[in-house]
Amino acid sequence: MVSPAIAPDDVVNAVSIEDSIAYLKSKHPDAVTDDEREGYSGVVVQASKLLEVARAIRDDLGFDYLSSATAVDYLGAGDHMEMVYHAYRTSGGGALVFKAQTERENPEIPSLVPVWRGADFQEREAWDLYGIKFPGHPNLRRILMWEGFHGHPMRKDWREAYYEEEQKPFDNRWPGGHVHRSEEKNVFGKNVTYPSDIDLNRLMDTSESEVYASLGLGVDVERILDKDGFETNELVVNMGPHHPSTHGVFRMVLTVDGETVTSLEPVMGYLHRNHEKIGERNTYLHNIPFTDRLDYISSMGNNHGYVLAVEQLMSLGRKYNPPTYRCEAIRVMMVELSRIVNHLWAIGFWLNDIGAFFTPVLYFIQERERILDFFEAVAGSRMMCNYMRFGGLFGDLPERIKSVSNLTNDRIRDYNTMQFLTEMVNERIPRTIDELEQLLTQNEILLERSIGVGVLSADDAINYSAAGPLLRGSGVAYDVRRADPYSIYPELDFDIAVEQDGDMYARYRVRVTELRESVRILKQILPRLEATEGESIWADGKPGAYAPRVPFGEAYGRVENGKGELGYYVVSAGGRGGSSNPWRYHVRAPSFINLTPMGLMSTGYKVADIVGILGSIDIVLGETDR
Amino acid sequence: MYGTGLAKGLMLTLRHFVDSFVDDLRYGLRKYSHATDNFGLRQGTAAKGVITVQYPDEKVAVPERFRFVPFLIVEDEDHPTRSGKDWCTSCGICAKVCPPQCIWIVRGNDPDTGRPVPEPEAFFIDIDICMNCGYCAEYCPFDAIKMDHDYELASYDRTSHHIHDKEKLSKPASYWRDIAPTRAYEEMLVRGTWEHKDAAKEARRGAASARAGSRTQQPQAEVQPAPVVTAETAAAAPAASATAEGATPWSEDDAKREERRRKALERKAKRAARSGG
Repeated sequence: MVSPAIAPDDVVNAVSIEDSIAYLKSKHPDAVTDDEREGYSGVVVQASKLLEVARAIRDDLGFDYLSSATAVDYLGAGDHMEMVYHAYRTSGGGALVFKAQTERENPEIPSLVPVWRGADFQEREAWDLYGIKFPGHPNLRRILMWEGFHGHPMRKDWREAYYEEEQKPFDNRWPGGHVHRSEEKNVFGKNVTYPSDIDLNRLMDTSESEVYASLGLGVDVERILDKDGFETNELVVNMGPHHPSTHGVFRMVLTVDGETVTSLEPVMGYLHRNHEKIGERNTYLHNIPFTDRLDYISSMGNNHGYVLAVEQLMSLGRKYNPPTYRCEAIRVMMVELSRIVNHLWAIGFWLNDIGAFFTPVLYFIQERERILDFFEAVAGSRMMCNYMRFGGLFGDLPERIKSVSNLTNDRIRDYNTMQFLTEMVNERIPRTIDELEQLLTQNEILLERSIGVGVLSADDAINYSAAGPLLRGSGVAYDVRRADPYSIYPELDFDIAVEQDGDMYARYRVRVTELRESVRILKQILPRLEATEGESIWADGKPGAYAPRVPFGEAYGRVENGKGELGYYVVSAGGRGGSSNPWRYHVRAPSFINLTPMGLMSTGYKVADIVGILGSIDIVLGETDR
Repeated sequence: MYGTGLAKGLMLTLRHFVDSFVDDLRYGLRKYSHATDNFGLRQGTAAKGVITVQYPDEKVAVPERFRFVPFLIVEDEDHPTRSGKDWCTSCGICAKVCPPQCIWIVRGNDPDTGRPVPEPEAFFIDIDICMNCGYCAEYCPFDAIKMDHDYELASYDRTSHHIHDKEKLSKPASYWRDIAPTRAYEEMLVRGTWEHKDAAKEARRGAASARAGSRTQQPQAEVQPAPVVTAETAAAAPAASATAEGATPWSEDDAKREERRRKALERKAKRAARSGG
């Protein structure tokens, strides 16, 4: 079911994926071939023709939105590097998947930044983590690791500190599990020396100048920093990484002329832990609690996307039971509740950024608290929910949300679950949204601070691969729940929130509307839960295996999370009976890609607006840096 | 008119300010009292006033499914046949499903035959690494490892306190039934007995051999077989009156709560002695 707002109205957009591929093959017969590997889809494009083919994909076929661009290292399985692109139409529909391959030594693939600006950060990430060079990229520097880091960590033959084995579970844990700490095995101990070419007195290596150089104004940082030669009226301001307005360890380097921002460059990676490398060491099951730690405000949504991707892969095999209806209904309920949590949090902290310090956010947090209490009673944890499983859930809803006294001074709570949910959905949450609007929507200070600030046009939003409220606030009615529906969303009645202005206020309005739409969805979920009372959450009545075998293939599972489109690209290496560890595990993080247009959105506004613009994008560093 | 939006918002903050006293006036000290279940007045869906909890003077009791660093179940001291025995059979599934790989198990071997015995020789959990995901408890086929509710684990020295060994991890089976009565009941239904799977098997075997023995006039086995509780008998048993009308497993008298409070104080004292000393 596609809502009229995004129904194809263009002839180009009516061309199916199959026809699109046929068109590409007829136009570039020698450059485009089908991806014939088992369980794979899409086409493989010859690297030398990639730019032309990409232009045809965007201009002739209407795939205007590059959702994901990521690399895979097929060491030992063809010994090549591969870039995988997922392009979508903003009018809705499935992905056109295309790939370009290159050898592992000196890998080079033409940059797609001239076609989609959204490829900018993603190609930098591929360079950083895989060492693939992108000729034509305007600013190909490391993005998550620091300049000067040795090697490219996502390559299959790269090993991290305290490396134990290629894949978990590690052999030395059982049956001969004599415990030790990894840190005790550090061969260097405290005997660490600095390389001779680092000048500790100056504490500034060359990569810093490169950051400044990339601002594009030719600012001579050396001269600015030099007290004697301080003659310019352009000023470089570093905001962060330790700055309360950046919502974590995030840094923006900006040049200002007076108070007006002339250019801005986001610098990130301070919270980088190579989530994807950990994910490739992990088994499929191990990854679910790790996804909680990405966007830790809405862990239910993170679980959902990952579980969908692996379920897609598992459905290729013979033994696979799709989740039951009750399971899907509970999943959607949890995801919508975390969307409410996310938007209340986002609006609240955005208000902190623009000066309404903590009064609104504390009102919203009261509701968030109750939702988190519910998560805690159902999933066992308030934020790191780890609730969804392949083909099911951790557990059904408990009959009662009740606490058990265990520590001294414990205070007991005991509610009926469905009654609690009904009261929350019908009374408390709508009341809070009403209060939110009463407090803010017509507030003159808020209007003056936010209208016309941080404007992103619809064309730019699409071209920069913006997602979520950032995209919809710019007048693009694109919501994965409608555009490429999953779970039981097709049968639910809700509207896509969209605003035309593209400024901070429009994004605020989008979030408020989405809060109301989430409540609308929840009101439809509650009767479904009552109707399926007693039904198992597992298709065959018993919980799934702890080491599911996943057949050969690739899958891209994506969901509309609070912050935007969250996608998981998972490759299974297969093998006999399937694999237990993913070969490739990539997270298309909305917080990360939504920062691509940050510089564009900030240029021309005042320094004081920058924190507000960043807050209106709504990032969380656990997901940005991964 | 300019400023009406602002005034409307300020009215709202004023209402919140007034509301924060309304419940206090309505319920008085009841809202803050300890003995009765009045916490819902403060934090329930109908609550209007201040919802804050004055930790650590008061704490929100965690729900049953709450998960924190795991513990191992051992048989109660007063168990007729298996007093103090581990429920764990050292099958190693928890170590395999552990995402950060923080569980270390040494499987015991029989000194005579050299064959593995179903009991761990050593069991370690590095709680600095544990991410409290709960997989070990979820996938344990013997219900031998469970997630704890005791979240106050701060200590002064991480090197000496943060690798929990078997002694530190072990807690009696009755503790688990105390902190998670409904879950323990559900697990019992799946297992078919309140006992450990193996104990039930032994009891059945024991009962069979006792019958055989009585036929040949041999003396009765001195060890009383552990009572096997099936799902049907359990429903009738007082400990598991979950399905009985009226009585729910979560309704409990004050004496029981007082007892639990006393135990919690004991544990607290033990903890203090352990980490402080």
